[in-house]
Amino acid sequence: MNSIAGHKSGLTWALHISVVLLVGLWIFPTLGLLVSSFRTADQISSSGWWRALFPTEQNLTLRTAPPGTQTQIGDLYVIEGSLFDANSGQSAVISAWGTSARDISAYQPGEQGELRKGGLLTVQADGNYRLESNTEISGKRGPRVFVTAVVPPEFTLKNYETILISGGATDNMAKAFFNTLTVTIPATIIPILIAAFAAYALAWMEFPGRALLIAAIVGLLVVPLQLALIPLLKVHNEIGIGKGYLGAWMAHTGFGLPLAIYLLRNYMIGIPRDIIENARVDGATDFQIFTRIVLPLSFPALASFAIFQFLWTWNDLLVALVFLIDSTGETTVMTKQIVEMLGTRGGNWEILATSAFVSISVPLMVFFAMQKYLVRGLLAGSVK
Amino acid sequence: MHPALQGLLTIAFGVGGCVGYFYLSNIILDQVIFPARGKHIARNIRRANIIRPWLFLLPALLALGLYLAYPVFETLRLSLTERLPGGGSTFVGLDNYRQMLGEDKFWEALQNNFLWLLVVPAGATAFGLLAAQLTDRIAWGNFAKSLIFMPMAISFVGAAVIWKLVYDARPPGTEQIGVLNAIYIYFGGDAAQQWLTIPFWNSFFLMAVLIWIQTGFAMVILSAALRGVPEDTIEAAIVDGANPFQVFFRIKLPQITGTIVVVWTTITIVVLKVFDIVFAMTNGQWQTQVLANYMFDKLFRANDWGVGSASAMVIMLLVSPILIWNVYNARREMR
Repeated sequence: MNSIAGHKSGLTWALHISVVLLVGLWIFPTLGLLVSSFRTADQISSSGWWRALFPTEQNLTLRTAPPGTQTQIGDLYVIEGSLFDANSGQSAVISAWGTSARDISAYQPGEQGELRKGGLLTVQADGNYRLESNTEISGKRGPRVFVTAVVPPEFTLKNYETILISGGATDNMAKAFFNTLTVTIPATIIPILIAAFAAYALAWMEFPGRALLIAAIVGLLVVPLQLALIPLLKVHNEIGIGKGYLGAWMAHTGFGLPLAIYLLRNYMIGIPRDIIENARVDGATDFQIFTRIVLPLSFPALASFAIFQFLWTWNDLLVALVFLIDSTGETTVMTKQIVEMLGTRGGNWEILATSAFVSISVPLMVFFAMQKYLVRGLLAGSVK
Repeated sequence: MHPALQGLLTIAFGVGGCVGYFYLSNIILDQVIFPARGKHIARNIRRANIIRPWLFLLPALLALGLYLAYPVFETLRLSLTERLPGGGSTFVGLDNYRQMLGEDKFWEALQNNFLWLLVVPAGATAFGLLAAQLTDRIAWGNFAKSLIFMPMAISFVGAAVIWKLVYDARPPGTEQIGVLNAIYIYFGGDAAQQWLTIPFWNSFFLMAVLIWIQTGFAMVILSAALRGVPEDTIEAAIVDGANPFQVFFRIKLPQITGTIVVVWTTITIVVLKVFDIVFAMTNGQWQTQVLANYMFDKLFRANDWGVGSASAMVIMLLVSPILIWNVYNARREMR
């Protein structure tokens, strides 16, 4: 409103700040998932993700080196080293420490503390320690040390490695990823083809009942696909498809068609009549007009619908549950696997966040790359 | 066979089949059945052109008929029958509906659905309108819009995980990792709340997820509508001394009511079908049941096709006013 009278700069500031707040509110939840997917399980459960970007004070449970490494100096048995070397190699500044879980900040760095099993321990702020004992130190593992330390921000790719490569059967998403892809691509391409021909007929061919058909398609746009579940599962079982990719592809095709035909017809009807009439006069058949003229000109609408259908099939859960995934679970898709993880691994946020982010990353990339077509499709597709 | 290979083959087969069907059927029509030559040339061309549209439409009509039209009637039939053990079914009239109406869970689902219908379209439209208006004339408006629009690309399941992290609760004494509880404790709350298990209010926490997703959609449509408001009406109001709020509420808003209705009804349809969010976050526990999830429970957990179909018909019934209204408008526009 810069050029308009009555413009106030205070108001402009308020405007900018409110937009920043609104945008912040909207991306904050997603950002939480992204940041969490780069943190270890310990980090996630010890501090909120919004603190991950700054050094945080954490309570860590560490161990000294195992008794096998003790050396004898005179009468004393000694273990020396750094607490952080033995434990994942992170670096931090210790502000307090203790030897018992009941009093984890009993000592300051540099002080000497007593171990319950005997022996004296000194821990420095940088994590270096010295454990002395008059008797030989026994046990398999080193005694536990509880420290309160300021840990610098640290991120890891380990979660992604678990999810994509090394994880066990329930954690590994690689197969589900490819299954999702296998469902999505045919389920996007086939309806476009079928719908394009139908849309051309509805836009540019004269035949009785055309208006009625268009009205019927507008009506079918809102029919809930819930109604189709049982009847079609029955049909699929009767004709021998059962549960599987073919059924899922066909179901997605059927459910996507009304929007596809509606979008494409609305777009094709806007192609100038002259172009099509001229081609007819020159002797082109409808098939030629369609493939040589209308189809290339309709590219934006085709792209719009392709994005819709891709997002919808990629993100779908219901159709996959009903038509695709059988009892063997071989054909599971990512959405289904994540729902299962929500049930079985509810507290393992590093697994959940990473798998969810793997599953939403592809749609997000498509979204940001082809946003223009998506917006155009939305504007054309919302029934007026 | 590897599924990826199978997928590729299906694409080739499906695409090839479609193209082949359209190409060959046109050739057969023009060359064999009604050849454009001989003494009946004019009549043949005319007849070919009468048949051709149906060739173009045939696959689409078959798919639409089988996947959307037939199920409506078949579901209606199923809702009036009961499956017999060992196959077959028997007509039971309205028994399934009677049984459904006698269940508390159904009424809970219906009640929740109405709550969703009131809150989500209103919330998403209001936030969408706010975002559209605020970002309208600032330099980085498009960037801001695309970030608010982003949740549209995220699956309901993904959104469920995202928001479960927001609502996460930890036992007292430990650091809260869910934002909502962290804020709650910061402002003096005593112990972390399990937000999704507090009856009545938990439905609103689920609705927040859908509002978060649908606001972008509302914003995009309404933003285009706001841009379409004639500039001179706004300028005239400003010259007359209207402040920005008056310009918005008295000048712009009345001119885009049509679009607001469209956005509202579109989100209403989404709400009626909402399934994934409830399924993934609470699965209808703690009184958060909604119709679509109730139906899924009946169909695939209780294996009761009769009552399941009856509840699907309830969803259909709730959608029908919008369906009729849309068809009516589409027909009026075509004239």
